[in-house]
Amino acid sequence: MNKRIAMLAFGLFTMCAVWCIPSPSCALDIKKEKLPNGLTVLYVERHELPIVMATMLIKASPLQENAEKGGTAYITSKMLSEGTETRKATDISREIDFIGASLDTAVNDDFTTVSLSVLKKDVDKGFDLFSDCVLHPSFPADELVRKKELLKGSLKQKEEDPSFVASKEFARDIFEDFSYGRLVEGTLQSIGAIERADVLNFYGSFYRPENAILTVVGDLSREELDKLLNRSFALWKTTGADNGSTVDPKLPPVLKGPRVEVIDRDVTQASILFGYVGIARDNPDYYAVQVMNYIFGGGGFSSRLMKVIRDEMGLTYSINSFFAATKYPGRFKVEVQTKNESAGRVIDEMLKQMRLMKAESISNQELQDAKDYLIGSFPRRLETVRKTADFIAAVQYYRLGDDYIDRYKDYVAKVTKEDVLRVARKYLDDENYVLVIVGNKKKLVLSK
Amino acid sequence: MLMRSLKSLFYLLILALIQPACAFASVQEFALDNGLKILFIEDHKIPLATFQIWYKVGSIDEPAGKSGMSHLLEHMMFKGTAKYGSKVLSNMVQRKGGMDNAFTTRDYTMYYETLPSGSINLPIEFEADRMKNLTLKDLESERRVVMEERRMRTDDDPQNLLYEETLAASLKVQAYRKPVIGWMAEIAAITRDDLAAYYGTYYSPDNTFIILSGDVYPDKLMPLIKKEFGPVRPAGDKLKRVNTVEPGQQGEKIVYLESESAELPYILSEYHVPSFPDKDSFALDVLSSILSGGKSSRLYLSLVYEKRLAIEASADYTDLSREPFVFIFSALVAPGKEIKEVENALDAEIEKIKSVPPSADEVQKAKNQVEASFEFARDSSYSEALYTGMFQILGDWKLKERYLGGIRNVTAAEVQDVARRYLTKENRTIGYLVPRKREGRSE
Repeated sequence: MNKRIAMLAFGLFTMCAVWCIPSPSCALDIKKEKLPNGLTVLYVERHELPIVMATMLIKASPLQENAEKGGTAYITSKMLSEGTETRKATDISREIDFIGASLDTAVNDDFTTVSLSVLKKDVDKGFDLFSDCVLHPSFPADELVRKKELLKGSLKQKEEDPSFVASKEFARDIFEDFSYGRLVEGTLQSIGAIERADVLNFYGSFYRPENAILTVVGDLSREELDKLLNRSFALWKTTGADNGSTVDPKLPPVLKGPRVEVIDRDVTQASILFGYVGIARDNPDYYAVQVMNYIFGGGGFSSRLMKVIRDEMGLTYSINSFFAATKYPGRFKVEVQTKNESAGRVIDEMLKQMRLMKAESISNQELQDAKDYLIGSFPRRLETVRKTADFIAAVQYYRLGDDYIDRYKDYVAKVTKEDVLRVARKYLDDENYVLVIVGNKKKLVLSK
Repeated sequence: MLMRSLKSLFYLLILALIQPACAFASVQEFALDNGLKILFIEDHKIPLATFQIWYKVGSIDEPAGKSGMSHLLEHMMFKGTAKYGSKVLSNMVQRKGGMDNAFTTRDYTMYYETLPSGSINLPIEFEADRMKNLTLKDLESERRVVMEERRMRTDDDPQNLLYEETLAASLKVQAYRKPVIGWMAEIAAITRDDLAAYYGTYYSPDNTFIILSGDVYPDKLMPLIKKEFGPVRPAGDKLKRVNTVEPGQQGEKIVYLESESAELPYILSEYHVPSFPDKDSFALDVLSSILSGGKSSRLYLSLVYEKRLAIEASADYTDLSREPFVFIFSALVAPGKEIKEVENALDAEIEKIKSVPPSADEVQKAKNQVEASFEFARDSSYSEALYTGMFQILGDWKLKERYLGGIRNVTAAEVQDVARRYLTKENRTIGYLVPRKREGRSE
């Protein structure tokens, strides 16, 4: 949506959501099955609104890419709707738009999703387009040229955003050659190096039924779903190609001491990113880390960083800390913007708060508040049909268990103050870190 | 994440603007003696509920020299009352697993809480308390927070800076010319007394309405609402508004902004247009959809796909607006292309729709998109309340029926007609963002 529209209003603050989250007693009747071709299908019937949302999760991401051709996973996903064996790119967009539906793709560090949003009355047409794009893309050469041009232009424009610049540098610094250190979109150079054969090869290797998870949520009966599947994804044939699931990604370096990078820009405000490699989603400390991070900097106005640095000191509009819980250990980051002149003060205060988290146990009230939020906010994760479709796909991808939604509450409830102190000491590091500052060097005031 | 949340919020705002052709959930309306209106939208599909309180005050109402006052006051509403200190409401809501926030627009200021429906009583007491008893303490630290917000959103964002400058040039008199966040020097000039007077006038029950949506029951909640909000005194005659009318434009205006932060040229083009419920507003809405609703729309197909001159191109019409606003074209110039080529291509599309009416299919597609977007927006109690409120702020939530009827009746000839009458050179202001060379820039 257009950025200028966002100028119409100014919010007070929005809380940083945690990736792939929590859940209490919000029972969902999820039907799960594996089709003969290996495709996992998860289905939830919800008839309150005449809409259907489907998400196809494909286990393909920069993890499986060759770094010199970074962006291949992203381009492959964006090319799905740019032509199939029987439809031109313009046919696809016209047909989708005419029924007011949307067919979107996204790629993150771990996987690709293709999402369909469609009215019940148009679900046949919607599924026809959805499956045609996933199963029969033709990757026309001229469309690939267009897509690469657009992508390069859009990456160039993003350089206008100091937070984007900081984030890009930060990822590269902490992960170096590991794929999490690259933008999923790739770089101007790596996008240039991608050829049609690379896209065909990537698609052939990873877009296979046994390497994918389909979730369908909404106003659809079991019989209707079966009919749709029988003429779409049930016909998806496995190619028997090596899906590269055994990829052994090069793991990131171990940091020794602070590594500070200052990038000079003509800006009024410094964009600051602090952090290092944190935890993977399957880390047994995941829940204790979520509780700890909520108190430190993840809990919006309830977090210590916001209370002190925004509410008391008035030095920023927003500061938050975040552990990306990905398949392999992901980034831990603290992100904040403040005028050039107060950058040093903000960094010092953040480090002080970090040391405090490691030095002293949190209060009983803090522990209770964090747990109450993490448990109580779960129903909101499943509030909408769209969110439900995406959520259950991720639960399946990260192998959180079919009973995850029922058990989540217990996972959080059993976290103790001692756990929080232990994980603060283990995962908060005020000595070995990367610090990226995009600011105006002439005006920046930093400590030491 | 912050920006993404905001963007999705605005996405909902946009959805609200292009309202659809199907039934809204039913709205039940109540009123207190002091003028406060309460709207209920019951929907018991899941145990969640949203409370929204809408104050009819936005940047349009700000006195000269005090731009940004509505937004600064919104921030101060979170700094607490004598009874509940700073952010206590937010903390209480989070403890229940909920979230709260607020935003300010040109036309209104809205506060909301979404939480498990068992806790929906909570915001009623808190919102009534801060409607009556705001302390306006710690103004200086919050003013600094708002200044940081302005640096982040506007000063260091060249496209937003161009938007601000072009709008200020486009509207020479009308109050929408001021940025909602305010000019930096004026944010600095707002005093506690200014805020107290503003709060005393506009944060009154006769200038306010509440919407409760989701898993809520009016018979359970109305007694509590009466108890908490009933004693608040109305502003009555204090509620005065100054209406500014934009005089006709005398010819094309041009804003030229060079920026070292800009990487690619960007163009904005703004035309004065009426707002809903003017009879032309429906056709203008369909026009914007034909021009930029999806990848099959005219601007995308022409500028981005066929001519490959632009990375993005759009046409936006904000029809739900208290006063007339502008119809805005924008395009991000592709690397290696000239801003003039893009401008010419935009003009060519405008000339095309002026000379030949759109096809029946295009008009139908626009209507279908409106209808579908409405159904999708009903997926959350928050968005359902939001677009009911956007009509209520114009006087009556029932206006949405008029809106839907209007959209359904738009013809191809009407779309061509509004394009001819409003998209003229003498009625527009163009803004150019031009990158200035920076040392070490990678070209």
